[in-house]
Amino acid sequence: MKVVLEHLTKRYPNRNKKEGGEVVAVGDFTFEIPDGKLVGLLGPSGCGKSTTLNMISGLTEPTEGKIFFGDDDVTKLPPENRGVGLVFQNYALYPHLTVMKNILFPLQNLKGPDKLTKEEMNARALEAARLVQIEALLDRKPSEMSGGQQQRVAIARALVKMPRVLLLDEPLSNLDARLRLQTREEIRRIQRETGITTVFVTHDQEEAMSISDVIVVMKEGYVQQIDEPQNVYDDPVNLFVAKFLGTPAINVFEGHVAAEQLYIGGEPVLRVTGVPDQDVYVGIRPEGFVPDEKGNFGCGVSRVEVMGRDTSIIAENSACISGQIRAIISSVRKIDKNAASVRFSLLPEKVHLFSKETEERIRFRE
Amino acid sequence: MGKSKYKGWLYLLPAIVFLAVFMVYPLVDVLVYSAEEGYSFASQTYTGTGLFNYSYVLHDPYFLQAVKNTFLIVIITVPLSTGFALLISLALTSIPKLKNLFQTIYFLPYVTNTLAVGLVFMILFKPTFYTDGMVNLLIKFFGGQAVDFIEGPYWAKMFVMCFYTIWVVLPFKILILTSALASVDQNLYNAAKIDGTSKSRTFFRITLPMISPMLFYLIITGFIGAFKAYSDEVALFGTNLNVAGMNTIVGYVYDMLYSSGGGYPSYASAAAIMLFVIVLTITCINLMVSRRSVHY
Amino acid sequence: MTDLSRDYTKIEQAARTRKKIVHTVIYIFLVFWALMVLFPFYWMILSSLKSYSAYNGEYIPKFFTLSPTLENYVNAFNAVPLAKYFSNTLIFTLATTAIMLVVIILAAYAFAKLDFPGKNITFTLFLALMMIPNELVIITNFVTITNLDLRNTFTGLILPSITSVFYIYLLKENFAQVPDELYKAAKVDGCSDMKFLLKVMVPICRPTLVTVVILKVIECWNSYVWPRLITDDANYFLVSNGIQEIRENGFGRDNIPAMMAAVVVISVPLIILFLIFHKKIMEGVSRGGTKG
Repeated sequence: MKVVLEHLTKRYPNRNKKEGGEVVAVGDFTFEIPDGKLVGLLGPSGCGKSTTLNMISGLTEPTEGKIFFGDDDVTKLPPENRGVGLVFQNYALYPHLTVMKNILFPLQNLKGPDKLTKEEMNARALEAARLVQIEALLDRKPSEMSGGQQQRVAIARALVKMPRVLLLDEPLSNLDARLRLQTREEIRRIQRETGITTVFVTHDQEEAMSISDVIVVMKEGYVQQIDEPQNVYDDPVNLFVAKFLGTPAINVFEGHVAAEQLYIGGEPVLRVTGVPDQDVYVGIRPEGFVPDEKGNFGCGVSRVEVMGRDTSIIAENSACISGQIRAIISSVRKIDKNAASVRFSLLPEKVHLFSKETEERIRFRE
Repeated sequence: MGKSKYKGWLYLLPAIVFLAVFMVYPLVDVLVYSAEEGYSFASQTYTGTGLFNYSYVLHDPYFLQAVKNTFLIVIITVPLSTGFALLISLALTSIPKLKNLFQTIYFLPYVTNTLAVGLVFMILFKPTFYTDGMVNLLIKFFGGQAVDFIEGPYWAKMFVMCFYTIWVVLPFKILILTSALASVDQNLYNAAKIDGTSKSRTFFRITLPMISPMLFYLIITGFIGAFKAYSDEVALFGTNLNVAGMNTIVGYVYDMLYSSGGGYPSYASAAAIMLFVIVLTITCINLMVSRRSVHY
Repeated sequence: MTDLSRDYTKIEQAARTRKKIVHTVIYIFLVFWALMVLFPFYWMILSSLKSYSAYNGEYIPKFFTLSPTLENYVNAFNAVPLAKYFSNTLIFTLATTAIMLVVIILAAYAFAKLDFPGKNITFTLFLALMMIPNELVIITNFVTITNLDLRNTFTGLILPSITSVFYIYLLKENFAQVPDELYKAAKVDGCSDMKFLLKVMVPICRPTLVTVVILKVIECWNSYVWPRLITDDANYFLVSNGIQEIRENGFGRDNIPAMMAAVVVISVPLIILFLIFHKKIMEGVSRGGTKG
């Protein structure tokens, strides 16, 4: 089932009554989620990703725009008629019911021609339990389980009625780091097995990158970029997206382009063919620095962190506006830890230029 | 170090002194009183010990009337007020606007002097020489017959009594239930909604179990409170409740203690102890039931 | 379009209509009960503003008055000692609340933070006392106060109600939440127990103390049973007893407007208090209220 959002908009009255007017929670969101894909909605808190999800589920009514499931316009349809499964951040399991009864709950709501017999219900519930691998826990109550197990039950409950679309609202953020890793792989596996179109909301870019077929990056209600995870990372459309994706974060500098030459702190660091003369922001990924004695880019070294697989050089440069510079080098290269300064040459594909006024990406040829 | 070890007792001293004099000693004393036969308040002497006081109270028609009244009040007002409070709280929770305003209005009776407002109820329900009173005029308007609710037939008096009691106890129950409802995780409802759960199923399978601890708390305190009904009765029917036929067990205790004849603390004690036993029994039953029905 | 989409429109419409109807019904119900709650208040104010002759002249009472008068209020203060009842209640309420605060703060502090032999068993005994109903002990207290010759005195009125096991418990739970590290740090800094209590514990636990004060003030202002037993001199009547006295002996039975004026006067202080602090009061009652 593909899901189409057309100019989807949600405005709320301003909570601060003195200012009045309206706040845009989601603005003009247009996007087609292909059938059977897993889409990650990514952005900082308050960017409108949960509102978008709630509009897809039907819990929130959009101010403008339309939502289609396949060819059906479901914009004004109440949630129970949409056939969506929703998984919450805090699981929202019924605390007084056992796991089995929690999973059975949605099935027992079915009426009319959809009504199931007891045996059918039990079979479906067991099937869902098997899918998320909690068959052994069916008689437990939610309070007797770990967070990861509870989240699996929640997913089983969402899947048991065979929804057309599965929606996951920050499903991993109440889990500890190890469980988070494990559960996210689990979700990926379940999604692949069932082939249900899935929307996944998160503020954790690593999570979104690792699990999604397509990432939608949002900021303050507006979509910034929609693309496959690697493309969003390699080819960000603006400074916000560049900064939001990647750990460690991208290093940002003030720079200047003159005669197709990029200058940072007065040093010519890179040829940027096709860029008119102007002031720019320069984003350089940590892996874009190559230690090179003849390199054009010089920095003072604060310290060197050895992390086994690779080495981080923490450096300083007066043009850097994102705190300290962090460069990641393969540990095969030996670095003099006591050096006071270091010179780098830059990998052009890891260097992104952004307009100083609009913060939009400026592309260049090498 | 030796001195500071007992410092805690020093802080406790005032509380302990007051509790000892006004709670522990009276507790023992009330048992003693209830066993002292023919105790005279004036001379502070008694003729013997035994269970005569209990038997006297149990054969006193005023006491039997008081027991009947009290049980009626309990049986009628506790379920009605709890159910009605639940209904109002559900309504309050489901509306988008004006919730705070309604809540504040509903709470108003809690902070008013029940004796004072009881007087207003009395004039609303009582026909006088000049007028039949508001309520009777309404009854007549709908084709009924005027009744003296304050000094008339028993059922009419019991009706006003229960109506006023419910009016007085609702604010507390509404407050507790609305906050219980508000503390149910909204996502449970969202989850249920997405699964197409019907309104009634949502209520019986989610809402009710989730607020059941608070509901039982209200039922238990409601029983205790209703068994101790007294000042609401005074508010409506005046201090001479025996004559009005609307006395309660607590009223009986006080009347025994402070009658024009100088008081009979022994009878009062016997009646009070019987009340205590009744309340204790009912509370225990309530607790057992709630243990079985509260799911988590 | 397809059949399915037409179906959807129908479902949408039905859901919308249902929602509207349900909301309307709910609002009507809520407004109805709000009127039931407010009506007695409106009626007492209205009646208190009608003159004696106007009130009794209306066979069918009017729901408004065009010639409001304050004569009933003058009457209420002159014909019966309403001002006296009022000041008695004020003294009683303030004194009881103040003394009780001191007693329960000390006790709660001892249970929460101090260590002394027999603490746990004493606390258990305290909790057991919570189950004792007032009705059981009031008999002996009445006799005790009478024997001490304290009837018709403020001391007699106040004494039995200045401890409350429930409030000690409530406060102790709150005190216990203040981290022990604070206490230890204060001790190391040479702060005495009493000073720690006053300078640290009390300010931190102010919300609970406010709750207790609110509950106690309401309880005092409306107390009826004990004052009725212990006072028969009108000079020591509290408002509740005063209102009962007015009903049975004051004004003459039929002067309902004057009665209502008195009722308004004694109801107003708490209502004003409520209107100003309604959030705090409702919060406090839901945390520690037991009436009902």
